[in-house]
Amino acid sequence: MAQKAIREADGKVMMARLLKDYTGGKYKIQNRFISVGPETDFKKLPNKHTWLQKEKLVVKPDQLIKRRGKSKLLLLNTDWKEAVKWIKARMNKPITVGNVTGILDHFIVEPFIPHDEKDEYYVAVTAEREGDTILFHHEGGINVGDVDAKAVKLFVPIGETPTAQEIEKKLLGKVPKERKALIAEFIEGLFKYYADLNFSYLEINPFIVDGKEVIPLDLAAKLDDTADFVSGSKWGAIEFPAPFGRMRTREEAYIDELDSKTGASLKLTILNPEGRVWTMVAGGGASVIYADTITDLGFMEEMANYGEYSGDPNEEFTYLYARTILDLMTRKKNPKGKFLLIGGGIANFTDVANTFRGIIRALREYKKKLQDNKVKIFVRRGGPNYKEGLKNMGALGDELGVPIEVYGPETHMTRIVSMALEGGK
Amino acid sequence: MARKATTKKPSDKKNYELFNRNTQAFIYNMQVNATQRMLDFDYAAGREKTSVAAIVNPTGGESLQKFFFGPKEVLIPVYKSLKKAADKHKNVDVMISFASFRSAAQSAREAFEIPQLRTIVLIAEGVPERQMRLINAQAKKLGKVIIGPATVGGVKAGAFKIGNTGGTIENIIESKLHRSGSVGFVSKSGGLSNEAYNIISRNTDGLYEGIAIGGDRYPGSTLLDHLLRYEQDPNVKMLVCLGEVGGTDEYEVVEALETKKITKPLVMWVTGTCSKAFKTEVQFGHAGAKADAETETADAKNAALKKAGAIVPNSFDDYAEKIDKTFNKLVKQKVITPAPEVEAPAIPLDLNKALSAGIVRKPASFISTISDDRGEELMYGHMSISEVFKKDIGVGGVLSILWFKKLLPSYATKFIDMVIMVTADHGPAVSGAHNTIVAARAGKDLISSLVSGLLCIGPRFGGALDGAAQQFSDAFDKELTPQEFVNSMKQKGVNIQGIGHRIKSIHNPDMRVIIIKNYVKKHFKTTALLDYALEVEKLTTSKRDNLILNVDGIIGICFVDLLRSEFIKEEADEYIQMGALNGLFVLGRSIGFMGHYLDQKRLKQGLYRHPWDDIAYLME
Repeated sequence: MAQKAIREADGKVMMARLLKDYTGGKYKIQNRFISVGPETDFKKLPNKHTWLQKEKLVVKPDQLIKRRGKSKLLLLNTDWKEAVKWIKARMNKPITVGNVTGILDHFIVEPFIPHDEKDEYYVAVTAEREGDTILFHHEGGINVGDVDAKAVKLFVPIGETPTAQEIEKKLLGKVPKERKALIAEFIEGLFKYYADLNFSYLEINPFIVDGKEVIPLDLAAKLDDTADFVSGSKWGAIEFPAPFGRMRTREEAYIDELDSKTGASLKLTILNPEGRVWTMVAGGGASVIYADTITDLGFMEEMANYGEYSGDPNEEFTYLYARTILDLMTRKKNPKGKFLLIGGGIANFTDVANTFRGIIRALREYKKKLQDNKVKIFVRRGGPNYKEGLKNMGALGDELGVPIEVYGPETHMTRIVSMALEGGK
Repeated sequence: MARKATTKKPSDKKNYELFNRNTQAFIYNMQVNATQRMLDFDYAAGREKTSVAAIVNPTGGESLQKFFFGPKEVLIPVYKSLKKAADKHKNVDVMISFASFRSAAQSAREAFEIPQLRTIVLIAEGVPERQMRLINAQAKKLGKVIIGPATVGGVKAGAFKIGNTGGTIENIIESKLHRSGSVGFVSKSGGLSNEAYNIISRNTDGLYEGIAIGGDRYPGSTLLDHLLRYEQDPNVKMLVCLGEVGGTDEYEVVEALETKKITKPLVMWVTGTCSKAFKTEVQFGHAGAKADAETETADAKNAALKKAGAIVPNSFDDYAEKIDKTFNKLVKQKVITPAPEVEAPAIPLDLNKALSAGIVRKPASFISTISDDRGEELMYGHMSISEVFKKDIGVGGVLSILWFKKLLPSYATKFIDMVIMVTADHGPAVSGAHNTIVAARAGKDLISSLVSGLLCIGPRFGGALDGAAQQFSDAFDKELTPQEFVNSMKQKGVNIQGIGHRIKSIHNPDMRVIIIKNYVKKHFKTTALLDYALEVEKLTTSKRDNLILNVDGIIGICFVDLLRSEFIKEEADEYIQMGALNGLFVLGRSIGFMGHYLDQKRLKQGLYRHPWDDIAYLME
């Protein structure tokens, strides 16, 4: 739950639908933005949106990728036939942008609007603790560069709304006189739209002025998804896509699915399936610290996963979660052996003995594989009933013939990391 | 919104003090467990008064709620409005809001209207950022302190504990939170603060105060706000802080160190150094925990803090060691005289906890053996409700489990179904139905009308089932011949129950009786009593042709046959004596009575008044 980026197509469709309500109907943006995904039927689209076959088009990937122009991920001034060909050549194929590789699977198609570079403007609204800042630059477009340094800024204290006069005076100094009023009122409406709909970030670079019309060409936005109960009905069917390049493995997707079925929290990210250090940590805060400590001790390359379970998952969910991790970590042997860190802080009200029951069930099931993979297990936990939980875990080591060391609150939370890793260097 | 005057600082507190041993709070929303945990802390800390003055429950009624204060019970008032609570408890200056993410901001705005409230704690996670930014701006204007949202709260050791902070009472005492130490702590994470209190208790003379500001991007108060309070408070000798990847709050601390606004030793660590191991951006558990810029990474923040003079460990692994060293140095420098240990008074174990741990036992006041609603699924006897439908055991099956504690074979459960169907109604003229109709027409509700019909059931109306079962089985068990039975009844001048019908006769039989007789003959394991009764009927009908075995009689008698073939005789007789048979009639006929009730209402029938001419007034 936080600030979440949305697709460009969703952002533009929303603007076409709602911006007019914040500008007294003055700025009407035509809803000519098509989102294309893996399921899209290319044959049906032109029947529904006849302009696709009549006008020149622009095609771009729509997956939160920055600087698409510079990565040649942009097809300009094209027609529908070429656009389809271009998309099909890229759909479901991996691509590397910077140092991130991901699969392309969403595109935006919109009309190509020929214009002069001098008609391009930059505007953005960003959120801070005490208010919001409007950033404006009279030379927008892909070469806008370091906006933080170049743009003119107007800080708007929280709860206030700037007038068009203020905007014109503070931001539009370098805009040709005849366009000042038009742009000022556009930004005034845009700010109200941003604030009322619980955006936490909105950038249009560029928007162009074409006669009396203002057209957003490129848009990036983040919504505060905790405001869903306030603005959700106005947002409409909005998607919060994962950052580009975060491809979910089958196991990660499975944990996501488990997570969605319980009020508790289950998270898993696989960093290196051949890593020797695996963690199964209770609690959002503690799990970060365990990953930190592994990194800080210089074992970043060996860190196999990041994940956490919290919010008192029942035995069945804990079992399924543990089994997924045990399965992953025992697939490929490493002559140097492996470590499993079952860590956690001092629980507030989660019954430690109870949650351990599911883990113990999974460990029993993987007895042979744990032996074969030379897995050493370290446990550290506190909280209600922790003594019983630790006792059960300790006894399990003897039963399984797998080394299991157990520690309680008297041992520093992350000590098991150095015990495991520096002992096994 | 800010109509009222700005907040008045309570006279018993310094500027930097939010809580002391006399501080009392309002709990916003009914939070029985959190309130009890606060009171347990209060008792352990040796407070004289409870830290909760009242509960505000906007969606419920006003009442007095019972809580434990150590071994004793106390009453805490529950009010519907915060305003009223504040009027009654002028000394309260803290509100702890457990309102949900939907209404947390609203609860804060309510508190803004009340000048005496100075500290507002918002527990909810997921409050919209814009709402929080507005709340924060108003709070600043009014001089209120906000802790949260998305937090467990905080604790001033030995003085005041917010809500669920610190976990169980055992942990609170183990972490020495029941008495005051020298360390001021602040973190974002509530979960980790518990761990930090453990670390602090093991490496210093204990916590003085700890606050979890919450994991949101725009918390009401920041790490720095609380560090500056601790800086001013002479009781705090050293500062411990836990920051987090994302946001820029930690740079405020850096600046405060550089400008000497913070001079006390500060041990601080920013978590999230692992984010460099992730190729794409990662959102950790907290809303604010995401690095949007290089400066927001944990590494950059740790480096900046170290440069500004904070004591920064190499990793969380040496956090405890740094705290320990810093504390010992202060002891050596005589800045700190370690606080004495104080033993906490024992808090009696809760009965539920002791029971589940097997430490105590307690006789139950009630016993139940027929159903259980505590598990995943409702159980009828040993059968889950889903199995009830899977096996399609019907109303008769359910009745047999709940009345007789076992699922009878299907011939028997079908017989029960038949009995219910056959007894469901007998027209509007019979006394019970008539009463129901009269009550319905008097404007009474369903239950009153039904009951006024049911109350007619007894020896003369419907009671024949029981009577017949008892008279016939009595005679049968005494091995009287049918003739001896008829004679003995005649001698006593008693009518045989279950014999005789007003209209029906041997020549004009009652179809209900025929249906039941045929079914029983075909399916029952034994029909001994029925056969006996049919012999009796032969004798009675030879005297008068309407002295037939009637529907009440055949049901009662066949039910005895059924019970006796499924239970041992004593058990079977006991069920008859307890009134199980009567129950069958009550159950069946209730269907008809309710039918008459609904019928009268549907027909909009007015009040019934019996005509004078139908009553013989004999006033002598």
